[in-house]
Amino acid sequence: MDDLNWAPGASLAALRDRGVALALARQFFADRDVLEVQTPLLGAASVTDPNIQALVVEGGNGYLQTSTEYHQKRLLAAGLGDNYTLGPVFRAGEQGRLHNPEFIMLEWYRLGFDDRALMSEVGELVDALLGPALYETLSYAQLLASGTLSVAERRDVPSTNHADLRVVNALEALGPGRRFIVDYPAGEAVLARLDDADSAIARRFELVVDGVELANGYFELTDPAVHRERFAADQQVRDQQGLPPVNPDPRLLAAVDAGLPSCAGVALGFDRLLQLRQGAQSLTDVQAFGWLRR
Amino acid sequence: MPGFTGYHASRVSLGKHGCMANYSTNEFKAGLKVLLEGEPCSILENEFVKPGKGQAFNRVKMRNLKSGRVWERTFKSGESIEAADVLETDMEFLYSDGEFWHFMRTDDSYEQLAADAAAVGEAKDWLKEQDTCQVTLWNDAPIAVELPNFVELEVTETDPGLKGDTAQGGTKPATLQTGAIVKVPLFINIGEVLRIDTRTGEYVSRA
Repeated sequence: MDDLNWAPGASLAALRDRGVALALARQFFADRDVLEVQTPLLGAASVTDPNIQALVVEGGNGYLQTSTEYHQKRLLAAGLGDNYTLGPVFRAGEQGRLHNPEFIMLEWYRLGFDDRALMSEVGELVDALLGPALYETLSYAQLLASGTLSVAERRDVPSTNHADLRVVNALEALGPGRRFIVDYPAGEAVLARLDDADSAIARRFELVVDGVELANGYFELTDPAVHRERFAADQQVRDQQGLPPVNPDPRLLAAVDAGLPSCAGVALGFDRLLQLRQGAQSLTDVQAFGWLRR
Repeated sequence: MPGFTGYHASRVSLGKHGCMANYSTNEFKAGLKVLLEGEPCSILENEFVKPGKGQAFNRVKMRNLKSGRVWERTFKSGESIEAADVLETDMEFLYSDGEFWHFMRTDDSYEQLAADAAAVGEAKDWLKEQDTCQVTLWNDAPIAVELPNFVELEVTETDPGLKGDTAQGGTKPATLQTGAIVKVPLFINIGEVLRIDTRTGEYVSRA
């Protein structure tokens, strides 16, 4: 144990503000008739995304969920309609100023919305919690262009990872302000559909506030065959990188086969939103019991 | 990072010698001793960065324990590097034969180790027999010697003290028992013991 301090890492004022912010977020969705739902924290399946590692629960026959996405999509396929979750998710190995292996995610899905419509709603939610401000829109290519690599970084990191490190540097270089990043390349689509007019572009967006990645959203892919192709491609990358294989979630695929209605969805890091709302340096300043105080 | 049940915990593996562990970036923290480019280093800072849907990286600052220089490196998260067998231990300085500086462990072993000039570095100016200092051992060989912030050393040579000049005024060189030369106030005489700040090499006061 690095730290035997029993007291919370966040101030009492920060913890009281968290309660206020949670109530504001729930009111935001109640006002829009978006239903709060609860999904398993310990799921039978996980995501194939090579950049996200789930915590495997030994003896629990499953994975702590890295996002509520798949369960929410199963609810959408079942006809439940607009819904949101506001609760904990888990990601192995992510710990730092902006990361904690367990964090609170706000994730919601809107029927009949496309990425642009959902971006507006994300802006309204952020305005409700951080106060109103202007939003800039940048393409992914513009973002990447502002990220440079030092000679040392080029030496240290294999060239296949240069783009990701450029993204990190570009985000840090952005400085204050709220910016949507759009026009992601098809290779970065994850589960966003590709643009009808230009198949090189994915209908994915991110919201970056003061250099912090806050939300990631898609005009959701609904085609079952393309789901299978992308999961298979993830598996290949996992093999190449020596990562443990993850079977595509068969229940998600069955739900997509049954028919996922056209929708847009977004996941927002709620602890990061609190960090920005409170002007905190680190997630540990807004979490009662972060990783080192669990 | 104890507590992880995922694949990260299994990333710790045996090194090429079969006896030395590797550390994954997930275990990096200040004070950890690692081998980089064959040099023993101590991690100073470890910053985890990751785009939401991208590769994670660790930006790491580490001090090369032999040169004292700070190195900055970027690792892909999950990479492993070899642990360095580094031990920081209190030892008593015995004597110098001109080529090596000989130290003795302060535990019951009375084991003696010899450090070369590179390992002793600037500490040689302030090392007095029977003083205790912190010696960094890499694979059981001394690579660095760290002195207490203050040491007390006797003046072996200086111009005669000037009476009535105890308050302020100029300075003069004085040779200490270790051979080091420091600037001292004019009133200091041969045989007096002085307190020296080893970080700056400056006279502080009479001991």
